[in-house]
Amino acid sequence: MSLNEIGSMVAMQGFSGLSLFTVLLLMALGLAIIFGQMGVINMAHGEFMAIGAYVVYLFSQLTQNFAPGMREVYFVPAVVAAFFVAAAVGYLVEVLLIRRLYKRPLDTLLATWGLSLAMQQFFRTFINPKEVSAELPEWLLGAFNPTPSIQVPRNGIFVMGLTILVTVGVYLLMLKSRWGIRIRATTQNRIMSSAVGINTDRVDRFTFALGCGIAGLAGAAFTTIGSTGPTSGSLYIVDTFLVVVFGGAANLIGTIASAFSIAQAQSLLEFFLTSAMAKVLTLLTIIIILMIRPQGLFTTKVRT
Amino acid sequence: MNLLTKKISKNDLIGVIVLAAIILVLFPAVFSIFRLNLIGKYLTYAFVGVSLVLLWGNGGILSLGQGVFFGLGGYCMAMFLKLEASDPISTKIQTTPGIPDFMDWNQITRLPLFWMPFKSLTFTILAIILVPAFFSFIIGVAMFKRRVGGVYFAIITQAVALILSVLIVGQQGLTGGINGITDLKTMHGWDIRSDSAKYILYYVNGALLIGCVILTRWVLSTKFGMLLLALREKEDRVRFSGYDVANFKTLAFCLSAVMCAIGGAMFTLQVGFMSPSFVGITPSIEMVIYTAVGGRMSVIGAVFGTLLVNFAKTFFSEQYPDLWLFLMGGTFIGVVMLFPDGLAGLYERYGKPFVARVASKKKSEPTVAVAAALESGGKHG
Repeated sequence: MSLNEIGSMVAMQGFSGLSLFTVLLLMALGLAIIFGQMGVINMAHGEFMAIGAYVVYLFSQLTQNFAPGMREVYFVPAVVAAFFVAAAVGYLVEVLLIRRLYKRPLDTLLATWGLSLAMQQFFRTFINPKEVSAELPEWLLGAFNPTPSIQVPRNGIFVMGLTILVTVGVYLLMLKSRWGIRIRATTQNRIMSSAVGINTDRVDRFTFALGCGIAGLAGAAFTTIGSTGPTSGSLYIVDTFLVVVFGGAANLIGTIASAFSIAQAQSLLEFFLTSAMAKVLTLLTIIIILMIRPQGLFTTKVRT
Repeated sequence: MNLLTKKISKNDLIGVIVLAAIILVLFPAVFSIFRLNLIGKYLTYAFVGVSLVLLWGNGGILSLGQGVFFGLGGYCMAMFLKLEASDPISTKIQTTPGIPDFMDWNQITRLPLFWMPFKSLTFTILAIILVPAFFSFIIGVAMFKRRVGGVYFAIITQAVALILSVLIVGQQGLTGGINGITDLKTMHGWDIRSDSAKYILYYVNGALLIGCVILTRWVLSTKFGMLLLALREKEDRVRFSGYDVANFKTLAFCLSAVMCAIGGAMFTLQVGFMSPSFVGITPSIEMVIYTAVGGRMSVIGAVFGTLLVNFAKTFFSEQYPDLWLFLMGGTFIGVVMLFPDGLAGLYERYGKPFVARVASKKKSEPTVAVAAALESGGKHG
């Protein structure tokens, strides 16, 4: 094997790690807001991702049946719609369910688990019990060849671009905008925040909706990589929670770093071991590190 | 026993007696052996339910990895039974006779080292108790000493459940993979599939469960139980009072793990197989809902909650399979939002005043019933 071949193999393996990284990061960004900032354990987060994926699927079905000429452009509005539909459902869930449980985090866990079961059955009964996939536009298919031996799939590049966009967006929103200041103020000291005139209930509702919307975006990105089934979302939920906890719950940089290291570790190990053992080893390492450093990789110093 | 009963209040005693009467007298009298075996299976889940009352309801420590310990107990028992079922004569068509069939299918030619000691029943019984105790001790010490608690503990135990189930599925040659360990036949030559064995196992299981119920009630009535309750309410104050909080939490975690493991072992004996589908995340959370439905504070409630949810599950998944998950999801949400104290809470609020009214009207009858239940309960238990 020539040096060149090894180089391209490493590059492609690294890229497969990157594509797992983008999925994990998109999922984790939403959860970092909901769990890291608000402290709500949303076990239905994966199902919000599935909502996003199903919205894209719905758009693809509609274009196919009513406007076949739009195939090249439908995807962009579909991604935007995925965000808003998931966010709207999230808003509703916050109002009906989560709002009453802020003081009982462990009960939120059970209630949202119940919600996730019901949502999975909803997908099964009303959409399709089998896996579905959206009809992708031409520009997302095929691969991009920087050198003859390296192939980089275009959908991977698209997902990465979307991830960067969302990450930068979340970063600016949380750290630079007035709204982000309100969110952080509310999580750090609720009573003081409402004393200085922040409508904390309203902040909670929109924060939760934002987190769910980002999960919807993750789902939309996911449709370019794989097909969507009723339980697709729940496959990633534990990994996503570990990403957020491992990164240090309330820290954006930490979330990115931990998603990156977990994804790279897993895809590198998959190269040497079976994927089951790679997963076991990765998870075990995370748990052991968390036992030594329970606060996660990065921590924000907060006075409580 | 005398010491135990003294510690348990009269009210609890009646509850335990009623429970024993229902499990040991009413069910065997009413149901056929097929249904009774099914109930026996549900009652093995009740071990987990009871363990969660101790750990979660009273200690405030929500473990989403109880399936791990249920599975460890179940797998220990299954390994013993499997080795007995794969003696060289009945496995002579295999390439390597004398090893479990799934190992042969996976081109393994020697019994792996960690399977060896499971040829002995004594070792197996010890392992059922000590293996989960060991793992829960390690996890408990590592987490509680570092003051990892609440939500983080729940997430990490959940990850442990994921790890173990992925590991079992991944190592097909050593564990039987996704199918689990099946075709279990005899225990020291005693055929566990016969009707008489099923009856005996049902009673053993029932007696063990009632034992666990009494033990948990007793533990909760001791100073340790009070401390657990205090921990749940204000952990820092307990710590500032000079107690080493981590030790108490670890002890509660170990106790609950051992209870789950006993349930798992009895599951294997009664159902005749063990598979990773009882280890992972979904069963572990599902078992939490049994406790939540029954009432997270009530040991006896947990048993009834387990039975109720499982009856409902069997009924709905046979009659209306589409509805079951909606109902299950709704139960999770409803119990948390509307009845945080579960069935036991409802009983405390509505049942007890009613019973008290009836009892004050006809004073003689309940005592007769209790005496009868005591007699028959004592006979079988």
